[in-house]
Amino acid sequence: MVRIRNDYGSTFRSLLVLVGLAVSVLLAAIFLSLFLFSRPALLNNGLRFITGTEWNPVTGKFQALTFVVGTLLTSFIALAIATVLSFALAILLGYYFRTGALASVMKTAVELLAGIPSVVYGFIGLFFLVPIVRAFQLVLGMPPYGVGMLTASILLAFMILPYSASIGREMISLVPEDLKEAALSLGATPSEVVRKVSLPYARSGILGGVLLALGRALGETMAVTMVVGNSYNLTLNVLSPGNTMASLIANEFSEATGEVYLSSLIEIALLLFLVSSAINILGKLIIKRTSAAAQL
Amino acid sequence: MREVSLQRRLRGDKAFKAGTLALSLVATVPLTLILVFIVIRGASSINWQFLTALPKPVGESGGGIANALVGTVLLILIGSLISIPLGVSAGIFLAERGKTRLGSVTRLAVETLMGIPSIVLGIVAYVWVVRPMRGFSALSGGIALAMIMLPVITLATEETLLLIPVSLREAALALGVSYPRTVLRVVLPAGLSGILTGVLLAVARGAGESAPLLFTAFGNPYLTGNILKPMASLPLTIFNYATSPYPEWHALAWGASFVLLVFVLALNLLTKLVSAKWKVQF
Amino acid sequence: MEGAVLEIENLSAGFDGKDVVKGVSLEIPANKVTAIMGPSGCGKTTFIRCINRMHELAANAHVTGTVLLDGEDVYRMNPILLRRRIGMVFQRPNPFPTMSIYDNVIAGYFLNGTHMSKSDRDRVVEETLRRVALWEEVKDSLYRRGTFLSGGQQQRLCIARALAMNPEILLLDEPTSALDPKATAAIEELIAQLKGTVTIVQVTHNIPQAARISDFTAFVHLGELVEFGQTNKLFTVPKDKRTEEYLSGKFG
Repeated sequence: MVRIRNDYGSTFRSLLVLVGLAVSVLLAAIFLSLFLFSRPALLNNGLRFITGTEWNPVTGKFQALTFVVGTLLTSFIALAIATVLSFALAILLGYYFRTGALASVMKTAVELLAGIPSVVYGFIGLFFLVPIVRAFQLVLGMPPYGVGMLTASILLAFMILPYSASIGREMISLVPEDLKEAALSLGATPSEVVRKVSLPYARSGILGGVLLALGRALGETMAVTMVVGNSYNLTLNVLSPGNTMASLIANEFSEATGEVYLSSLIEIALLLFLVSSAINILGKLIIKRTSAAAQL
Repeated sequence: MREVSLQRRLRGDKAFKAGTLALSLVATVPLTLILVFIVIRGASSINWQFLTALPKPVGESGGGIANALVGTVLLILIGSLISIPLGVSAGIFLAERGKTRLGSVTRLAVETLMGIPSIVLGIVAYVWVVRPMRGFSALSGGIALAMIMLPVITLATEETLLLIPVSLREAALALGVSYPRTVLRVVLPAGLSGILTGVLLAVARGAGESAPLLFTAFGNPYLTGNILKPMASLPLTIFNYATSPYPEWHALAWGASFVLLVFVLALNLLTKLVSAKWKVQF
Repeated sequence: MEGAVLEIENLSAGFDGKDVVKGVSLEIPANKVTAIMGPSGCGKTTFIRCINRMHELAANAHVTGTVLLDGEDVYRMNPILLRRRIGMVFQRPNPFPTMSIYDNVIAGYFLNGTHMSKSDRDRVVEETLRRVALWEEVKDSLYRRGTFLSGGQQQRLCIARALAMNPEILLLDEPTSALDPKATAAIEELIAQLKGTVTIVQVTHNIPQAARISDFTAFVHLGELVEFGQTNKLFTVPKDKRTEEYLSGKFG
């Protein structure tokens, strides 16, 4: 008689499902924790939290507009710089030089940029970029802070660049050959082909990459903290010191006392969580749609 | 009809290509700059004493980063012990059951987790571990790192396993091998290089994080192996020393940056080697 | 030959040092349809890609020999200008997916940066679409993307795109191989109508099609020109044994 062994198939499958559940529950727990622990602040601060600019732990006023503006300003300027550079890299490595020694070296260089720790960026920024900006400001007759939102933006741009560049390169290399050939056969020059055929085709995919880069920029902490100047005044002048949501938390969290204070910082973290998650998901969605369409 | 002269178009063509190349160089130059800077300033600080001594108070010479080195290793260890088993299993789940409802939800959860700023995860670890324990600890830091490392490992595992042809799995099943064994003894080993790559990248990322450790592991000027107490780490040390006003500490920060950078870049380059050499071709 | 618009002499071309086209000499007559016929992989596509200098864009490609267009050496001209005088239609219809039907027709001008007034553009679009018998079918959806059109309609759009540039020569690379019989018939009818006003060189491995639509046929085998002549003569009394074998289906 043949003995039928229990192959543990159902146990295995159940274990897998359990793991999947665990991860999903983890995310839910993260969100819930952030929400629950920011409740005291939500109740205390109300809507003034994002409309007011007074952040004073001593008097118990917690209003985060300064930091929201600082985050948006630095992120979008960084995004602008990074997008221009990403386009160049994407076109160079996805169209002009898809193979070859130059291409591999540059691809690796860009990937390595993503691997450098945030503190190291901040350190370099502090000792290399800040003096340059300071000199620049002296020449322009402005207060030579050196640190400031522009400095932070420049640093940020290089940190987020690998994300949009590598996705952009992939999207441009997905453009079908026969479309490019059709354009060439009509008498177009290579740059006309990439500008008027490849880029429009890869447009939405590139946008997805840009959104992912934005998501990274919003949450970047250490490098920004080290060069942004950490001021509490709301200003739109990028050459002056500023502050971002992430760097505020980094600076104050370990010393925060009092339930409302701590809770307000957690409220900022909750805001960061929601905004960056939304942008990340949107970016991923756009990329998935574009890649799926290109495979057809 | 107004034509653009061929000369003008060809000139524009050359200019476009040149501009693309120029901007690309601008994008890649900072990497060289960073590496050169750190090597120049940091390599000189490295000696045996630097690697084995503890930080000294300002004014005294001969400080070192022994506590930070041990700390980083321990923190990564804790993070890995949690994130590798969970991450690889989750990756297997997504590869096997990714198209189901739970699979889509889980994938969304993992991708969201990937995009959460690390400082926010530090706060979560604070709330979950530091608060109940009433104190900073390496354990809480390790848990924060685990949450950062988990999605990297999960997505790399899923991606690798999905690349393995169905025919391999079917060959095993057709031989009468049970489903769990097929996955664990046939599919998984075939994807080992990709999974290993994911683990290495996760470790590189975790080693470089300092934001979440600011209020979990917090830092420790002494060498300790007690994970229930605060612990130092390389990135934290760099942050503290770099932002201090003392030139001696700046020198230590350069040295520490050199060590961290070498470690992280070595890991990144190692992943390329692993996929090149160990990747199973189909 | 009288009225030859393209004179090709000893053309050899290939990749990585290997010749795919071997010493072909041919004269293509003006305003007629010349079929380049032969089994798959015999170098037909490479051959016509040498005419509009698309072949040299491939990696490790080489070309030797002369191609004269109206007496001018094609390889001494600027390729960009040359390609405006020669139109190409590919095997699979490939209208630009990010452009509307209207924009696809005048894509050649757009890509070359030529400024055209709205009335000029409208005129060219309507004239060209009428020429390919597509106007009535798409005149109400000119500004929609071309991707909703059927395969046959898309291919006619691609022919329109090439014709809008008023080329002297139209190169067709197996234009109906991806289409159903009904669409194929429509394209063959179109080719018959067009030939009086433009010289057509069509690559095909479909023997009956070559017999149906071409005035002259060149049979190419393993990169060499085996035989060239008027279609009806070549098909009924082929001079070369290989041609006879190919026509009777012995290979290819």
